[in-house]
Amino acid sequence: MSRTVLALARRALRNVLRRPQFIAPLVVFPSLMLAANVGGLSRTTSLPGFPSDVHGFLDFQLAAAITQSLLLGGVSAGIAVALEIEGGFFDRLLAAPIPRIAIVLGRLAATTVIALAQVVYFLGLGLVFGAHIKAGVPGALLVAAIGAVAGTGFGALGVMLALRAKSASTVQGIFPLVFVVLFVSSAFFPRQLLESPARQIARYNPLSYLADGMRDPIVHSLRAGPALEGLAAAGGIAAVAIAFSVLALRGRLGQT
Amino acid sequence: MKGPARVIGALTRRALHEILRVPGAAIPGILAPTIFMLGISSVFGAAVHLPGFGTTDFRAFVVPVGFLQSASFAGAATGVNLARDIEHGWFDRLLLCPTPRVVLLGGIVSSASLRALLPSSFLLAVALGLGVRFPGLLGIILAALLVMGLAMAVAFYAVLIALHFRTQQAAPLMQIGGFILVLFTTSYAPQQLLTGWLRTVSRINPVTHVLTGVRQGFVGDVTWTATWPAIASVAGMLLVLGALATRALLRTGA
Repeated sequence: MSRTVLALARRALRNVLRRPQFIAPLVVFPSLMLAANVGGLSRTTSLPGFPSDVHGFLDFQLAAAITQSLLLGGVSAGIAVALEIEGGFFDRLLAAPIPRIAIVLGRLAATTVIALAQVVYFLGLGLVFGAHIKAGVPGALLVAAIGAVAGTGFGALGVMLALRAKSASTVQGIFPLVFVVLFVSSAFFPRQLLESPARQIARYNPLSYLADGMRDPIVHSLRAGPALEGLAAAGGIAAVAIAFSVLALRGRLGQT
Repeated sequence: MKGPARVIGALTRRALHEILRVPGAAIPGILAPTIFMLGISSVFGAAVHLPGFGTTDFRAFVVPVGFLQSASFAGAATGVNLARDIEHGWFDRLLLCPTPRVVLLGGIVSSASLRALLPSSFLLAVALGLGVRFPGLLGIILAALLVMGLAMAVAFYAVLIALHFRTQQAAPLMQIGGFILVLFTTSYAPQQLLTGWLRTVSRINPVTHVLTGVRQGFVGDVTWTATWPAIASVAGMLLVLGALATRALLRTGA
């Protein structure tokens, strides 16, 4: 089982490296939005209610860019699976003498590796442009851990959608929804400064806790509360999404 | 003149039929600018309290950004559709038609200007429903013309990319051009509040003038001072990008 998962993960990663044009938007668009947000709104750190101990708006926005990138990674994983279904490769995998669940787990293992790369990219980008990671290396490792778990969860959501929709364009259609969910969270701005009803929704949006969990080690020293909330949000999303993607696989097996 | 107009009309209709034939592909592009406007205004609305912001309604300030995004998405979609036609061989058949290539190009890009009105109209309806100030008839007409012009300019750019790479995989490149042009302007805040590098970029970026032209009716009065730089910027982009796209099309298959 583990050999099959590894083989399928390696194949997925090789495909990504062969066609970087598919992976580039995952970091390019959030990077551009990060640049525009920081360039356009850096003075908002002086607004009453903005945390006074944050070093700069770039530090604050890094977690938002990572979260956005990880969500796009989930859409990308879904599109990859949908393309395999459309192209017939998925059916050939089903016919192969391998555990079926390995098909999902292999894709998710690749998504985890990509998620780690996304986190490293954004932390590196932030440091190059003057951001500080207050909690140092342990803080960066915590951001990577939360990001990897969350990225796996978003990948599982993408896989589930692909297995249900079986069409790459339908999965692609989820793209605007990604922004809706992200905008009604505290990923981009402190919760107390959000307008109503985004402020109320953000309180119940797991992405708020996920982004805050990744942001906290960047803007403060290590603190147990936000770290545990971030890990719990990421873990919860991953557990639920993986369970749903396995159910979607079973549903698809039933159809075939 | 009647012949070219019929060709342009037929190609435009074909492109617009696509919206009805594959609504799943068109809907995200229609919704995205409205989602962006609602999201950005909910998240960053408190920015209007910054000294020197100049308006008290952040939503009215970002609605025009959504209009320009509509133009950008519509222009990029034109390029993606052309790349698909190239991949499927339909474009090669089109090139065999006894029609000047400039006319074919006109047909391909003119659909973008009409397509951009769909998400813009939806955005306007939602914005007005949420209480954004009506920019007046002149403001609306000016905004529509500028959005249509910008959509055509982005479509020229996307056609250039499509003709060069000849694959839909170049779609992110087509989208990114318009994305940068629209975002690196005074999209979030007035020029004096931008960080140094973005202030410089926004001064050079011609789309900043277009945004100011579209925005004026939403945050104040329509004036000639804000209108003529917007018209000149769109005309300049159409001229330069149109010439480059025409040159690329004339060289295709040569």
